[in-house]
Amino acid sequence: MNSAGNRLSNLAWSLGPLLGLVLVALIFGAIEYNVAIGEDRQPQFFSKASLQVVLDHSSMVGVAALGMTLIIIAGGIDLSAGTAIAMTATVIAWVYRDGHAWLLGDAATLSTGQSVTLSVAAVSVGLLTGALCGLINGGLISLLRLVPFIVTLGTMTIFQGTGKTISGNTPIRAFGKVPDMVSAIRDPYPDPSWLLVSPGVWIMLILAVLVALVLRYTVFGRHLFAIGSNESTARLCGINVLRTRILVYTIAGLFVGVAGLYQFTVFTQGDPTSGLGLELKVIAAVVIGGGSLNGGRGSVLGTLAGACIITVIQHGCVLIGVSDHYQDILIGLIIIAAVAIDQLRIRLQAN
Amino acid sequence: MPSLLGMSGIGKRFGATQALEGVSFALSAGRVMALIGENGAGKSTLMKVLSGACQADTGTMEVDGVPYRPTGPSSARDAGIAMIYQELNLAPDLSVEDNIMLGQEESRTGLLSRTRQRPRVREVLDRLGHPELQLDTPVGQLSVGAQQLVEIARALIGNARVIVFDEPTSSLAGQDVRQLFEVIKRLRTDGIGVVYISHFLEEVRELCDDYTVLRDGQVAGAGALEGTTEPEIVSMMVGRQVEELFPTVPHTAGEPILDLESLSGRQIPHDIDLVLHRGEILGIAGLVGAGRTEMLRCLFGLDPVVSGTVRVGGVARTPRPRTMIQAGLALVSEDRKDEGLAQDRSLSDNITYSHLAPYSRMGWLNLRDRHDAVTNCMAELEIKALSPEQTVQELSGGNQQKVALARVLHQDADVLLLDEPTRGIDVGTKAEVYRLVGEQAAAGKAILFVSSYTPELLAICDRVAVLARGRLQEIRAASDWTEESLINCAIGGEAAVV
Repeated sequence: MNSAGNRLSNLAWSLGPLLGLVLVALIFGAIEYNVAIGEDRQPQFFSKASLQVVLDHSSMVGVAALGMTLIIIAGGIDLSAGTAIAMTATVIAWVYRDGHAWLLGDAATLSTGQSVTLSVAAVSVGLLTGALCGLINGGLISLLRLVPFIVTLGTMTIFQGTGKTISGNTPIRAFGKVPDMVSAIRDPYPDPSWLLVSPGVWIMLILAVLVALVLRYTVFGRHLFAIGSNESTARLCGINVLRTRILVYTIAGLFVGVAGLYQFTVFTQGDPTSGLGLELKVIAAVVIGGGSLNGGRGSVLGTLAGACIITVIQHGCVLIGVSDHYQDILIGLIIIAAVAIDQLRIRLQAN
Repeated sequence: MPSLLGMSGIGKRFGATQALEGVSFALSAGRVMALIGENGAGKSTLMKVLSGACQADTGTMEVDGVPYRPTGPSSARDAGIAMIYQELNLAPDLSVEDNIMLGQEESRTGLLSRTRQRPRVREVLDRLGHPELQLDTPVGQLSVGAQQLVEIARALIGNARVIVFDEPTSSLAGQDVRQLFEVIKRLRTDGIGVVYISHFLEEVRELCDDYTVLRDGQVAGAGALEGTTEPEIVSMMVGRQVEELFPTVPHTAGEPILDLESLSGRQIPHDIDLVLHRGEILGIAGLVGAGRTEMLRCLFGLDPVVSGTVRVGGVARTPRPRTMIQAGLALVSEDRKDEGLAQDRSLSDNITYSHLAPYSRMGWLNLRDRHDAVTNCMAELEIKALSPEQTVQELSGGNQQKVALARVLHQDADVLLLDEPTRGIDVGTKAEVYRLVGEQAAAGKAILFVSSYTPELLAICDRVAVLARGRLQEIRAASDWTEESLINCAIGGEAAVV
């Protein structure tokens, strides 16, 4: 095999998850078209509105999955991502609710300045909460030298419990206390309309480009691949494995914080129990996108495609009128198929 | 003499590579056949064809005159062909008996019958001359040598008539090698045909009756070993005359650079005092487990140091890989696969991991500069790869070793800690490594050269130190050692403490 051919085939494979996304969309599009014609209504799967909804609904899992991609490349895993997202949303809701009451005092409404201040505080506290969750995970894994799976299995319930403690065991509602600026982050039909997709999607794309650049062009990115690929080699080469690991979990925690903000803005409430199971969607997005749980492999483009595939299935099923337990089965099948195809690729390339 | 195993006209193509072409091979009962060749010459592919792990495109095989067409490993076993690989195939938590009988258990209506099984296992161990092996010991607790015995016993239980040994001594200590040779000689007396694959011509000379040399997928020569000289075999292997097996580059020792003062690790090494000079190649000899690797790992900070000091250029340093790399040390691991290299990363990454600073500005890398530097490295060491971005796992063993050495050179370290740098690589590449090490010494670098291969230690080192049981026994100029005195010192040290 010559070098150019090799590169071409590598490129083709790295676009695999994207092709998978197109394929899944086409299949659902075709089915929905037939169903719609049969029911004598307008097909809606391939429409602007549909695209806007799918992308917006992918953004929360997508953002968290960007951080998870970094962790998985470094050979780790984070099972606490879901409950950390919910806890972050809860903390944001709490800042809005109690902060609002405190700033309001005897006045009738908040001034614009006050409401901006409140939002800045809420968002910052949210991001910090996410980062702190990551720091705790990374710190425990590195300093106690424990397996990431076990540590994050533990923090998964710890974060949920903490969230419940903060919220007093009921969801914290902040209706009417959140300025439009913030709640518009997840508006699938954005205003101004030239944005096309929700601001949240744009933020996700910017972060994605950033992560891709970091992975390819920074020392930190190289170290992540080194640690995930062979930790002994990384140590031998003088790479500070402990510090890099703490850093990667903390950065992923920041992404979890952003995802928490996304979760909060949809219903402007924080429910600490809403995160359970979410981590599996996040991990699934990375795995469908070609990430290897053995570490050393993963791509930003693949992860985003993976997140979108999951949403396309959900959205498609709703449009066709298939109940959600079939969605679960389909997503499971896609995960297995994605990994099977990846294994096949490795075997083919080995020959 | 009728041949036990015959292969003729074997051809095999992988994509664009003709791995084997018209290879013929004949093995008689009660003979030991050496299969020799450089890495990539086709030895492994030929043995894969024999074991049914891959199918030949052309050619025929016969066992005892009966056509043999394996479709998988099980048909090889049915035909009485067994393989003993470098990496043993054992279940470490199962006992000796269970491992020997694995897949061929004696049973009655599905129930394991140990009463019928045991006598067979004992009989086979007797035949191998090792009745002392305890049947209930978990295999994981045995030495590598004893584990090898278990595999051989398993082959005999399966009525193997041809046993293939693939580089069996590369992970064995001195006594275990002797023990293995005795066992193979017993197998020969028993009428079993043995194929022995090895890089070590001395071993081949001692053990084998016949040889077949492969080069570029073809037979470059075959015959009886008696009357064939070593240079003849080497030239068949490399296809040209190798001027020198151990090329040296003139160099002179300068000021001290590395100074170990009563360095002790958790168990081994123990109380090591050693001074290494610039422009010096200091060999470290000893049996497996004598503490040679551990000494390097301790002083580099990969294993914990319990007491003692490491001084680099007169300055005491805390042994930690990062600190030591900054102080100018570099280590090539004995274990390319699990430690030395990140197998699924590119050459570029592997060569520059320990020294990314020249391409980094505020943490951002200049990939073009790095690509150019790596391309230079590859040219300098004659690393054969498609591009700097190819993954290391696709390279041959010799080229992988060169990548590991390239990292050390790229780092421009003053002190090179080389742990078994020529293990598992072919004669031609070995000579290149020796020349490279010599050039580094001539450039004023200091080299600690750990090796189990005595001839190379005596040929290329200035001084050789012998370790035994974690302690430094003796340091002498290389010219003051003989192979015998070196081995005696290594073994004597063991005996003295016991």
